[in-house]
Amino acid sequence: MLGRILLPAVIVGVLAGGLLTALQQIEVVPLILEAETYENGVVASGGEAQAHADGTHDHGASAGEAQSLDSENGLERTGYSLLANVVTAAGFGLLLSAAFTLLGVAGRRVDWRKGLLWGLAGFGAVQLAPALGLPPGLPGSAAVALEARQTWWLLTAVLTALGLGLIAFAPCPYLRVLGVVPIVIPHLVGAPLAEPSAGLVPHELAVRYVYASLLTNAVFWLALGALTAHLHGLFAARREQAAAA
Amino acid sequence: MRSIARLWPVVFAMLLGVFIVYGAGFASPASLHNAAHDSRHSFAFPCH
Repeated sequence: MLGRILLPAVIVGVLAGGLLTALQQIEVVPLILEAETYENGVVASGGEAQAHADGTHDHGASAGEAQSLDSENGLERTGYSLLANVVTAAGFGLLLSAAFTLLGVAGRRVDWRKGLLWGLAGFGAVQLAPALGLPPGLPGSAAVALEARQTWWLLTAVLTALGLGLIAFAPCPYLRVLGVVPIVIPHLVGAPLAEPSAGLVPHELAVRYVYASLLTNAVFWLALGALTAHLHGLFAARREQAAAA
Repeated sequence: MRSIARLWPVVFAMLLGVFIVYGAGFASPASLHNAAHDSRHSFAFPCH
């Protein structure tokens, strides 16, 4: 059973992570690279080209480590991003695959169309809801302590997923309506925000990045949901065929 | 009882999924942060 949950997630991780990496090259990565020139002070000081090799990227780690990331070999950097995207996509795919298995135990099937809805819900919980408080940020953007933002982000994603789950699956209508409560709570508490003027990145660049990141992730999540559901159904059907034979 | 036993792989898979996403998106070691830097920014995970 575990294999039937893991295998679709691994395949989806490779496919959706690869798709995401390709999509990121259109706008997201160019904007990150542009923002790093401001972060590293290249634009302000009139310097040139050494922004990535200067090793200021990692904000506190040793220069050697930072330089390994910021090497001028763009292919190496893209390779690391591909790996991280595949791993993250596989992780999200695993959560979806486990949820579909749970539905299967309850006698409910999920095809790729329903997978699209799951993808949309994943986008809502993991991207859109946290972005309402903490917009996708470029390197060099103004921000408060990392731990506070991570805590609020995680709280928002988990509570939004819980709320969407209640709205979609709660047995009684009252509980479904109550699903709105956990979705709203993090926004009533409020995200830990910094003064926008404290950032190094121009406002126009930051706004473009918000749209680029959200749009890229929307396509990724729809693909992730549909692919995971399709593969999960494929593996379930094969097992039933094998059992019947 | 049997149906509960069937749920263990689901629970394990969910925990593994959370662990993987946390490692790629949130864990603080510099090597992880550096490798996943652009991915973290793209996913809009809070990053440095």
